[in-house]
Amino acid sequence: MTTASANQCLRSDAVLRAGNTNCAGCGMSLGLQWLDQGLEGEKPVIVIPACCGIVTAGAFPTSAFGVPVIASVFASAPAVATGISVVRRLNGEDYPTVCWTGDGGTYDIGVATLSGAAERNEDIIYICYDNEIYGNTGGQRSSATPLGVRTTTTVSGKTERKKDMMAIMAGHRIPYAATLSLAHRDDFMRKIKKARRMKGFRFLLMLSPCPTGWKSEPTESVELIRYAVGCGLFPVYEVFDGVRYRINVRPDGTPLDEYLSRQRRYTAATIDKEVIESQIREQWAYLEAMERAFPAHKDE
Amino acid sequence: MARTLVTGNHAAGHALAVAGEANRLARGCCGGAYPITPQTEIIEHLREFPFTKGYIVPVESEHSAMAVCIGASLAGARSFTASSANGLSYMTENVFTAGYYRLPIVMIGVNRTLGPPWNIWVDQGDTLALRDAAWLQFYCESHQDLVDTILVAFRVAEDHRVLLPALVAEDGFVLSHTQMIVDLPEQEPVDRYLPPCDVPHRVSFQHATAIGELTWPRETEKHRREIQTAMEAVPQVLAEALDEFERIFGRRPDGAFRAEHTEDAEVVLVACNTMARTLRRVVQARRDRGEKVGMVKAKLFRPFLRDQFLRAIGSARKVGVLDRNHSPGSGGIFWNEIATTLRARPNVLVQDYLIGLGGGDVTPKHIDEVFDDLLARQREQEPIWKEVAA
Repeated sequence: MTTASANQCLRSDAVLRAGNTNCAGCGMSLGLQWLDQGLEGEKPVIVIPACCGIVTAGAFPTSAFGVPVIASVFASAPAVATGISVVRRLNGEDYPTVCWTGDGGTYDIGVATLSGAAERNEDIIYICYDNEIYGNTGGQRSSATPLGVRTTTTVSGKTERKKDMMAIMAGHRIPYAATLSLAHRDDFMRKIKKARRMKGFRFLLMLSPCPTGWKSEPTESVELIRYAVGCGLFPVYEVFDGVRYRINVRPDGTPLDEYLSRQRRYTAATIDKEVIESQIREQWAYLEAMERAFPAHKDE
Repeated sequence: MARTLVTGNHAAGHALAVAGEANRLARGCCGGAYPITPQTEIIEHLREFPFTKGYIVPVESEHSAMAVCIGASLAGARSFTASSANGLSYMTENVFTAGYYRLPIVMIGVNRTLGPPWNIWVDQGDTLALRDAAWLQFYCESHQDLVDTILVAFRVAEDHRVLLPALVAEDGFVLSHTQMIVDLPEQEPVDRYLPPCDVPHRVSFQHATAIGELTWPRETEKHRREIQTAMEAVPQVLAEALDEFERIFGRRPDGAFRAEHTEDAEVVLVACNTMARTLRRVVQARRDRGEKVGMVKAKLFRPFLRDQFLRAIGSARKVGVLDRNHSPGSGGIFWNEIATTLRARPNVLVQDYLIGLGGGDVTPKHIDEVFDDLLARQREQEPIWKEVAA
């Protein structure tokens, strides 16, 4: 994988090129390369709001992105992408229009814009790299920050739960909403390809390690995602038309502590593992019930 | 030409629509639409128009309306929208983005008082608050002026010597909701007047760039200077656009300023939008009585063409400014520009009158009172609150 990624980065038209400024172990670095691979040579136009993702480009006039990128203001990525997507359609063009956004731009400041574009079912692939903090400003809480996590604005641990963005997006009845695991490449790739074949608004949520904000080891980033999936904290599933569910990866009995203990953001005295575990059980009971009652079609 | 009785908003909606349709052989047209009183009829008109190659997106906010315009323009389409008052305030972040991205978007600003407290009547404070956003700003006095200026605005904005967005302002209700007979241009002459929209820095797979990425102070300084240079190209480009308009449509819209009776006027009043029409009547009546008074209609606020303004006022000794807007802690915003411009004529007395704020009905009687004050005035004072709504 390392060799393949390195070679891929050296292509001048790769989505993410070599020489970018991402921190070591950043989930975006792998995510953008897998996006490139999943698109199988098709070149997207990517709209990126204010977030680490636009800093990835580097400084004018060079760009670490090998495809056209537009920086939007913080709340506007899906609306700018709407304009791009409409004009593309008017001109009979078929390149993927992608939003690549952080959790601040998705869960917080951009949620109205996201909701508007989803409700209009704009022809956009929206990918949120969710590192559960405002990483670019040094690690402040967002509504994606999980319960108990220490950030620079929740120094004793966050007292509220993480917002369930997948449920919110499913509530928009969009054609496709799915979570992406950086520890499950085949599943990730399948979902990018599936999203590319579909029309309308497609929402992909990727849990994205941020060693700087998570206070974790850069080399353990992919392992952390494997633990998050394995202990059930980050369910890997997909929702079609907002109603039909398919769970892609089930928890494998990994203890929650495998995930928490490797990140110093989880060291607040207020962390109550039993509460988190009961929330995980609840979440899984809900997902299993939804999948039983409203299963995805076999061919989708 | 179809001479038709229409409202200001209908006229504006028509002009935007035929301008958008005129780009059907290029990359089409696209904009965002969101309602707010008193501009709503414009976006309703756009949503109904059967574009050959165009689509107006009914978005969830003004912030997104301008964001859609930005995306559409970056994809190479002709782009436009309309808003008012708090809608413009909410949109502001993307208004600046459009200016800094050098996108030739045209927006109608139907002037309305910024709230709270809520007030739907005319006041130019909403559009003037956007004066630093790297947009051209035109202020229109009549329905015909509005229609013609919108078409001129596209031509100037899309010219590669300028390549900046343009705001065309009309007074809420006084113009937007009143009817006048207007020559509504048909499609064919507009097709001839507006060349295909070419946004040279639109997204391209040949030259994949990261538009808007990080820059250092050095590049930012250059960027701002380039915008200033583009603004400085406006007088020439506007003159050419007006010449061409006259050639195709047989009438010539006003340029940056319209001077009337200023060749021998000792006292000149300056106004924009519909107040200029009221002022014209007062000036004519005083001229009929032999008074050496004149007026200047200020139409182009950005760029503010200081040389043209100084020519427009002739050799007036006193200049009064009618400001239907207010910058708290300073005064009228037109007055600020004009007082700066008149540094070149230190002997000219310049007096600001804040008049008709919040939509107060400015009648000839009020303007007569301003003239009386200015004629008798021996020295300047702080902006005078000329209350008309009592």
